[in-house]
Amino acid sequence: MDHILSIVLFTPLVGFLALLFIPSSKPAAIKLWANIAGFAGFLVCLPLVFAFDRSRDFQFAEKVPWIPSIGASYNLAIDGYALLLVVLTGLLGFLSILASWAAIETRLKEYYGCFLLLQVGMMGVFMARDFLLFFVFWELVLVPMYFIIAIWGGERRVYAAIKFIIYTLVGSVLMLLGILALYYEHFRQFQVRSFDVAQLMNTQLDPNLQWWIFWAFFVGFAVKVPMFPLHTWLPDAHTEAPTAGSVILASILLKMGTYGFLRFSLPLLPDAAKNPTVIQVMAVLSIIAIVYGALVCLMQKDWKKLIAYSSVSHLGFCTLGIFALNPAGIAGSMLQQINHGISTGMLFLIVGVVYERRHTREIAEYGGLLRSMPIFTIVFLIAALSSMGMPPLNGFIGEITILKGAYQVSLWWAGAVVLGIALGAAYLIWLFQRTMLGEVSEKNAALKDLNAREIAVFAPLLLLALWIGVYPKPFFQVMDRSVTQIVELVQPGAHAGQMVPNRLASLQR
Amino acid sequence: MPDSFIPTSAELLRILPEIILVLAATLIMVLAPLVKGREQNALGYVSLYGLVAALAAALSGYFDPGPAFHQLILVDGFATYFRVLVIFAGILTTLASYQYLRREDADSGEYYALLLFSVSGQSLMAASNDLIMIFIGLEISSLASYVMAGFLRNRAQAIEAALKYFLLGSFATAFLLYGVAWIYGITGSTYLLTIRSVFERGAQTPGILLAGAAAALIFVGFAFKVAAWPFQSWAPDVYQGAPVPVAAFLSAGPKAAAFAVFVRVFVTALGPIGGRWEPLFWLSALATMLIGNFAALVQTNIKRLLAYSSIAHAGYVLVAMTAHSEIGTAAVMFYMAAYVLMNVGAFAVVAHVCGRQERFVELEDFAGLGERQPVSAALLTVFLLSLIGVPLTAGFFGKFYIFRAALQADLVWLTVLGLLASAVAAYYYLRIIVIMYMHQPAESAAELPPLRGALGAAVWISAAGTLVLGIFPSLILNFAGNSALLAR
Repeated sequence: MDHILSIVLFTPLVGFLALLFIPSSKPAAIKLWANIAGFAGFLVCLPLVFAFDRSRDFQFAEKVPWIPSIGASYNLAIDGYALLLVVLTGLLGFLSILASWAAIETRLKEYYGCFLLLQVGMMGVFMARDFLLFFVFWELVLVPMYFIIAIWGGERRVYAAIKFIIYTLVGSVLMLLGILALYYEHFRQFQVRSFDVAQLMNTQLDPNLQWWIFWAFFVGFAVKVPMFPLHTWLPDAHTEAPTAGSVILASILLKMGTYGFLRFSLPLLPDAAKNPTVIQVMAVLSIIAIVYGALVCLMQKDWKKLIAYSSVSHLGFCTLGIFALNPAGIAGSMLQQINHGISTGMLFLIVGVVYERRHTREIAEYGGLLRSMPIFTIVFLIAALSSMGMPPLNGFIGEITILKGAYQVSLWWAGAVVLGIALGAAYLIWLFQRTMLGEVSEKNAALKDLNAREIAVFAPLLLLALWIGVYPKPFFQVMDRSVTQIVELVQPGAHAGQMVPNRLASLQR
Repeated sequence: MPDSFIPTSAELLRILPEIILVLAATLIMVLAPLVKGREQNALGYVSLYGLVAALAAALSGYFDPGPAFHQLILVDGFATYFRVLVIFAGILTTLASYQYLRREDADSGEYYALLLFSVSGQSLMAASNDLIMIFIGLEISSLASYVMAGFLRNRAQAIEAALKYFLLGSFATAFLLYGVAWIYGITGSTYLLTIRSVFERGAQTPGILLAGAAAALIFVGFAFKVAAWPFQSWAPDVYQGAPVPVAAFLSAGPKAAAFAVFVRVFVTALGPIGGRWEPLFWLSALATMLIGNFAALVQTNIKRLLAYSSIAHAGYVLVAMTAHSEIGTAAVMFYMAAYVLMNVGAFAVVAHVCGRQERFVELEDFAGLGERQPVSAALLTVFLLSLIGVPLTAGFFGKFYIFRAALQADLVWLTVLGLLASAVAAYYYLRIIVIMYMHQPAESAAELPPLRGALGAAVWISAAGTLVLGIFPSLILNFAGNSALLAR
């Protein structure tokens, strides 16, 4: 158990290396092996869940010197928040490979190879406790994602892929600048070269420097989230990517941005994070994202683009919760990130299912699918309800917790959240009505319902959505220490005694 | 003849790599007339063995450091590092040339002899401790490379490239020599350490006001060799006109050696008057990065594109020079190693794809390479990602060390602009990847032989090096860090 994080991290890599030796002429073997490797990647995450000790912070730590001369080390550890994201990554990484079985027919080896590499990068981002290692994994994620969009994507894939990578690269070079500034300030104060996040936390930063580093980080993280007005790469990338790519993009990659805010911006730069100007800017950008994202969804004619813009809106909730800087806001934001991963993942998979059958994403082309695909309709209904925050599904818990956090800060913020929830319900219900209900056209009447493999893809996500919706307590308990720690670092003593999970559990009953 | 004029065996051992290289080159010249026509290709083996022996000699020289020939030569960690690097670049070039020359019906011993002479000059530059010695090394290296640029003499473009390289090159060297004369006039010496100690006296030094001008003149000579602004304009034409393996060589060996003497002269000898040359470097670094990256955006010929990219990379290295610190020097050293690996690797793949008479050197000729030649395409992708600076490739840590050094020297604006310029660069490298993987296969792909033999070895070695340095940079970083102290 000493190296369990390394095992989780490198299982997909082993799968990738073995994949290289399977000849391209055997597509079935490639598919099978990729699914086995993906499933193994998920299975090795499970011991983490059972061995996780809720009374401790960072655990399963591993630390080996990597580049001693600059103080970088191979340093992994996870807390409750990271645990949830790691397990989510394991699950969705496997499901996206499973979902590609019938959808991808060309260059299978490269395709599955990209997914397994992507898995390594994403896991590394959530596990790294060394800032340089974090950055390495952060950038590493870009390359396979770029190929996934650019090779197996839709018509405008090359444009979308380039836009995706250029936006993210510009963001991350500025983030690197912030990391280096922090590193030097730490070196100046302690005369020790270290990229260890735990050590960097000891640095005393004057507010002015914090301000600059905060904005340098902001560009890197906000592009990834994406926050308005840096979101414009998202609709293109999500729409043009193949189904599984969109699932991973929405469910995991976007969370890397919010994870960055919670893991680095807030704890390392507390003075900047609670600076009133910063909070105001963040809140305004988040609220614009919530409302604008939802309004754009109402206008969409393209099914997949609608889901893509809904991500902008939903991630707005998450960033608003983060910058409420109180336990409820942050806990809600963390949970909503998991929820968004589950429900938007499902929604993209749903688009993928119909796209595979009809090869169009035009909403107007569909209608009355309830007649031909009843099981599919039910799945879509649950996914949509979960996404719009309807009890007893997961979205409700996340949104209501964020609402509580926002309400504690300002009535205006709470109003924006409510407006966002209402608009979310509107565009999703309207989408459901236009595609599933009404008269069924000839082309849609003959569509086959979900097969066993597709049901197997949706089943774990549906179960999770229901579980979080009905009994969220274990999730809050796992996050509890992460939330308290972040809040304590940013606003020492201000929220003492506000134990989020218990309160919410009572609210739930 | 006084006793001290007779070199001791220890002194001879300290220039053993150069001796081996020159002997091997001479051997090739002697053998060449005895071997008929295409058989001359076998002389490539002599070149390869000579280079490997020189590599071993250069490595063993590290364990017996010290000066030779009245301080003209200084073998230390810094010298060893760059000697090994330029000889290694020579090995990669030899490997990449073999099949190319055969395809062009240009098998000839002279080619390898010229290559060895050029490498010996670069190796001498790396170990020089005196301005005159640097000049001699530079000339040995340059004269051979002028001829190599025009080696395929029935190709008009190659002749133009060689002539341009020669004319501009000799003009720049004249500036260098003039600068050396000025330095001699001010300090009364050409030994780097004596020059340093004179300048350390500060404002009392007679003629200190002219030192800035002398530094600028020397800068002209070296900036030409590394293709830095404002002397970068020859590079695209020469790289495009020269045979692909020669372009690979020009972008690696002479550049690495030139940066070695750049550091020796400016950090060691002119270090005390850093304030006088740092602004010049600042401006040149910024302009070089911007011109290289923005001009590369619009190129359609892969050789020209790689030429502009190599200009941009010289700009990054100049950023580290501008930092003027030990970690800056270490960053220069690490970056040159990374750069040699990834750039020669990329050119070697071009040498593979370009076909007879280099018919396929437009970007569109790489279309569909990912389908027809998955291995070549994947390896070229590794080099391009490293040139972008994606983590887990050598290029990432190269850039990382450079900008770290710049930030420590408080060069905030240069760092920000440099990082943004390197993000722009991603676009044109990715364009090649897009073409390889997303376009329909072009005519060139149809008749490509598989990537094998010596050329394959060059590509694989470069790729392996790029990845290993990207994952375990400590392997050579510690050595670079320790050696950087020597070039104070």
